[in-house]
Amino acid sequence: MEEKYAITVDDLTVAYNYKPVLWDIDLAIPEGVLMCIVGPNGAGKSTLIKAILGIIKPIAGTVSVFGKSYAKQRSLVAYVPQKGSVDWDFPTTALDVVMMGTYGSLGWIKRPGQKEKKAALEALEKVGMLPFKNRQISQLSGGQQQRIFLARALVQNATIYFMDEPFQGVDATTEKAIINILKELRKAGKTVVVVHHDLQTVPEYFDWVTFLNVKKIATGPVKDIFNDDNLTKTYGINYKVSVQE
Amino acid sequence: MLGTAILGAICGMLGSFAVLRKQSLLGDAISHAALPGIAIAFLITGVKDSNLFLLGALISGLVGTFWIRSITKKTHLKSDTALGLTLSLFFGFGMLLLTFIQKQPNASQAGLDTYLFGQAATLLEKDVWLIAIVAGIALLILLIFWKEFKILLFDEDYTKTLGFNTRFIDILITTFIVITIVLGLQTVGVILMSAILLAPAAAARQWTNSLEKMVILAAIFGSFSGVVGTGISSVSGNLSTGPVIVLVAAGIVLLSFIFSPKRGLLFREIRFRKNRNDIKMQKTLAFMYGIAKTHENISHPHAIKILNGFQGFSKRSLQKLVDLNYVEIDGQQWSMTQKGFMTAANLYNQQVENSHE
Repeated sequence: MEEKYAITVDDLTVAYNYKPVLWDIDLAIPEGVLMCIVGPNGAGKSTLIKAILGIIKPIAGTVSVFGKSYAKQRSLVAYVPQKGSVDWDFPTTALDVVMMGTYGSLGWIKRPGQKEKKAALEALEKVGMLPFKNRQISQLSGGQQQRIFLARALVQNATIYFMDEPFQGVDATTEKAIINILKELRKAGKTVVVVHHDLQTVPEYFDWVTFLNVKKIATGPVKDIFNDDNLTKTYGINYKVSVQE
Repeated sequence: MLGTAILGAICGMLGSFAVLRKQSLLGDAISHAALPGIAIAFLITGVKDSNLFLLGALISGLVGTFWIRSITKKTHLKSDTALGLTLSLFFGFGMLLLTFIQKQPNASQAGLDTYLFGQAATLLEKDVWLIAIVAGIALLILLIFWKEFKILLFDEDYTKTLGFNTRFIDILITTFIVITIVLGLQTVGVILMSAILLAPAAAARQWTNSLEKMVILAAIFGSFSGVVGTGISSVSGNLSTGPVIVLVAAGIVLLSFIFSPKRGLLFREIRFRKNRNDIKMQKTLAFMYGIAKTHENISHPHAIKILNGFQGFSKRSLQKLVDLNYVEIDGQQWSMTQKGFMTAANLYNQQVENSHE
C-alpha cells in the first residue's frame, strides 16, 4: 500500500556562514500523523521547520506539500512560532493576534470583517481563552500566550500544522490542554509536526518521531524506532530512556 | 507653522513603526547620512535650492540605509555597530564638506548650516506643499496597508508563512521613513531629526495598548510639538527650531512616563501602595479569622493586644476593617462580625483562584 505524504523534503541543506545547520535532509511525513522532531540544542529542529515553510532560504533541496510545491499549497499549512520570537509588549489584544490568522486567506489590503471575527472567537473558545479576548497580550501568562499562538494557527483552518516548541515554559495544565487540541487535530485527519524537547512524553503524546542532529538520524512510528539506539545516535551520549509501556 | 504641524504628525505616525520595529536608531543614522548629500548637491550645482538639497539628502540617506543593511547582512557585525559606523562616517564626511564649503569665497554658501539644527523660518510655501503632499500619500499608504504593516511589525516570520511579501512591506515602511526624515531636515536638522521621529511614539505608547490609538496619538503629539516648538522659536528671536521642538516633545514624553494611567510611574506607585495596604488588611483579617474560628461564637470578643507583634496589623488596617463592617471594636476588645467571618473564610479560596487566572 502506498502511503500518502503530507510533506516531502528532498536533499534539504541549510547553512549559516558556511557552517551547515541541516545536511542533506530527506524526509517524508505521512498524512494524519502527530509527529515530533527531537534532537539536541543546535540540531537544526527549528531551522528545519523554518526551511520547510520558506522562512529561511535553503542552499539546496525542495519541499513539496501533497506532491505540489509549497508556494502553491501555502494555504494548507499553518505555523506556530516559538513564543519568544515576538515582542509581547506589542500594543494589541489577544483577539487581534488570533485575527491575524485570517490575514492569509484575506490576502492583500482586504480588511477582516464579521466572519473573520467569529472564526477568531471560536478559536479562542477552543483553547479556553475566550474570557481573555480583550486582554493586552503583555498581561497574559506564558501559557496563555502560547494558547493565543495556537488559536491563531487554528483560525487558519489548515491541513498541516507546524509548531515550534509549543510546550516551552508552560505549566502542566496548559501542556495537557495543548496536547488535547493536537490530538483532536489528528483525529480530524490533520497532520501535526511539533518540535519537542521532553523525551519522557514522546511515547505518550506522539505516534511518529523524527530524530535530527544536523543530519536526519531516523524517522518512523514511535513504537518502532523510539529506542535507546536512535537516542544515542542523536544525542551522542549513551542514552538510556525508560520507555514505559 | 502649518508645515511643522504636518511634519510632526507624519513623523509621529511613522515613528510609531520605527519604535515598534526596534529600529529607533535607524532614523538617527539616516538623518545623519543625509548631510553629505546636501553638501554635495550644493557643491555640484552651486545654487541654494531646497528641492535640490532634498534630492541630495534623499540619495545619500538611501545609500546610508543600504550600507547599514549590507553591513549587518554580510558581516558578523551587529546592527548597532553598523548603525554607529554609518552614522559617524557619513556625518563626519558631511561636516568636512560643510567646512570646506564655508571656506569658499562664495556668498551663496550662507545658511547651509541651518540643516544642522533646522530653521522653520526658512520653509517656503512650496516646501510646505511638498510636506503636505508626501504626508497625504503616507497616510493613504498607511490606511491601505494597515493590516500588512501591523502583522509585519508583530511577527515577521509568521507573516511570511501566510504568503505576504515581507520584503515589499518592509521596503515600503523604510522608504517612507527615509522620505519623512529628509523632509524634516530643513525644519528640525540632521542632528535631532530622529528625536522627533521617536519621542511622540514613545510618549503615545504610554497611553494606550492599541496600535491604532498609538499611531493617532503619536501624530497628535508630534504635530503639537511641531506647532509649539515653532511658535516658541519664532517668538524668541532666532532660536533654532529643531532643539525647541525636541524639548517640547521630550516634555510630553516625560509627562507620559509619569502620568499615564496604565504604565506611568505615578499610578504604578499608587497601585502598589493600595495593594500593600489591602494585603496588610487581609492578613490582619486572616489572623483574626484564625482566632475566631476556635470559638463557637465567632463574635466572641478578644483583646486588641493579642494582635500586637503580628506583622500585618496596624491601627490603620484595623480601622479599615471596622469601616468595612468586618470587625467591631468595643473599648480594647475586638470581635468579628458574621460578614467579616464569611469574607475571611473566602479569602484563601479567592487567592488561589486569582493566582490561577
